[in-house]
Amino acid sequence: MTHADTEFPAKLSKRRSSGLYRLVQAALDAAEPLIEAVIRLCGMSAILFVFAILFFVLVEAAPMLGGKLNLVEFVTSTEWRPTSESHPQYGILALLVGTVSVTGLAMLLAVPLGLGAAVYISEFCPGKPKEALKVVIELLAAIPSVVWGFIGYMVIGPVIIATTGAPVGVNLLNGGIILALMSVPIIVSVGEDALKAVPDSYREAALALGASRWEVVYRVLFPAARNGLLAAVLLGVGRAIGETMAVLMATGHAVEIPHSLVDPIRTLTATIAAELGEVVAGDDHYRVLFVIGLVLFALTFSVNLIADLVVKGIRIEKGS
Amino acid sequence: MGGRVPSAIPAKLLAVVVAAILLVGCGRGGGVEEGNTIVRVDGSDTMVNLAQAWAETYHKTRPDVSVQVLGSGSGVGIASLTEGTCDMANSSRKMTDKELKRIRDKYGVDAKEHIVGYDALAVYVHPANPIRAISIGQLAGIYGQYGTITKWSQLGVTNPLADKIIRVSRQNSSGTYAYFRNAVLGKGNDYKLGSIDANGSKDVVALVSRTPTAIGYSGMGYKTPDVNTLPVSKKEGQPGVPPTAENARKGTYPITRPLLIYTRGEPTGAVKEYLDWIVSPEGQKIVDQLGYVSAGEHDAR
Repeated sequence: MTHADTEFPAKLSKRRSSGLYRLVQAALDAAEPLIEAVIRLCGMSAILFVFAILFFVLVEAAPMLGGKLNLVEFVTSTEWRPTSESHPQYGILALLVGTVSVTGLAMLLAVPLGLGAAVYISEFCPGKPKEALKVVIELLAAIPSVVWGFIGYMVIGPVIIATTGAPVGVNLLNGGIILALMSVPIIVSVGEDALKAVPDSYREAALALGASRWEVVYRVLFPAARNGLLAAVLLGVGRAIGETMAVLMATGHAVEIPHSLVDPIRTLTATIAAELGEVVAGDDHYRVLFVIGLVLFALTFSVNLIADLVVKGIRIEKGS
Repeated sequence: MGGRVPSAIPAKLLAVVVAAILLVGCGRGGGVEEGNTIVRVDGSDTMVNLAQAWAETYHKTRPDVSVQVLGSGSGVGIASLTEGTCDMANSSRKMTDKELKRIRDKYGVDAKEHIVGYDALAVYVHPANPIRAISIGQLAGIYGQYGTITKWSQLGVTNPLADKIIRVSRQNSSGTYAYFRNAVLGKGNDYKLGSIDANGSKDVVALVSRTPTAIGYSGMGYKTPDVNTLPVSKKEGQPGVPPTAENARKGTYPITRPLLIYTRGEPTGAVKEYLDWIVSPEGQKIVDQLGYVSAGEHDAR
């Protein structure tokens, strides 16, 4: 028995396969409604999770929202002193400006770089280096954010001091560079997919009409891949807004509205990360940190909503 | 061939079984399981190295007691003492009235405070900075909400790189932050915003060592060769006192804080024995070894 089993495994599996195949097929047919239900559940779970998270954050923040927190002061004051013994103040304007400015700067650097790289990889790069480039860029995306923060702190900081004469190396510029480097891989890979999805017939037609390669990219590919490229940029924005650890280490973490590129700043995410760990659960300070979470939620939600509307707008324009 | 297959499987199985037995054996021998007492400690990040050193040394003399140490921060430690998830809370600041009340309401006993050593907060500057001493008033002028000192020239020195003072502080939930506020800025006062808020005692020193125009405060045990510490005087014009263990013990160094351990009420049993050992010469020797200042036996407990 054992002898046969070990000696003719290939033949044996072949002989059995047709019967086994039929059996599996029958089982699959019977289980189809179940599988359908499971897949539906997977699809729905994303919605469920988003609402569950929103609900949880809302519940924690709610006691402060019911009049206890002056919302006008909350968004217009730069005084963030949550642990003051005499007079706690919760003003997030400086943090809001910090998040927006570092994200904006990062996008200013990352969008041209990322889209340029995407165009190069999809249109100009020959076969072999192309594969290597794609692998390396994917590798870039796999670097953990703590490591990025460390690079900002140890490498980019001293370089900034040496080149700009800035007093501190951890500042807006440092955070912007780090966030740009972190979002470039996303912009490149999504952007490259979008460009690749444009049918070759578009390129051929444009070239046949006498367009130069640059004209093909600028006049044909960009308009045709608009939605995909926009999605790439917005995913990059999302990455930059949500990033926590790297900005905590690279921006200097100072509650201050920046007046120059080399001023230290503080972001909303870094504030939550630095303070939530040591705050007493149920405290006003604790709840305000959850309100900041809501603000972040609203911020990313509106970025996505705007993206959606823009994409839809483009579609309507095309359709008419 | 037929014989080889069956014999290979038991050999593998045997290896797994042996490994499992060895692992279980190690687990038993390793410590926690000896059916004995566990003391849970949480709290100050400043004191976590100290607490771990105590725990390890104590376990050598008392293998029947295991001390589990966490360093989640003074505030969190006090909160878990209140919730009953730890038996002792390390703290680098005094408990607030609110925190004291919470324990009293929940357990009907007062939190008991034990002084187990001292830590001098050193004022750090970059070695290229020509400043040689600073007063408490000047520090308050630099860090305080209404302080007017923003330039090194206001302190009478010329910083070789730039005149603007870069203030390095701590995140606002840290015990060091709260202690420096009360001791230097005065109770009820607040910090000037816009300081770079480092996330740990070590980070302050690391940042100052890299920033010629910076000033920062952190435990004196964190001094490295890349930074200078400043002698501190109580009033301007008085000679500055350097942050040394001796000056901290004598009380002449003005920013010295007690390192505290809180218990729920009077400690009993294993917790009491452990605390007694911590304030004994054997436990206090470790305090000095780690760069803190041991408490004299009279003022401990």
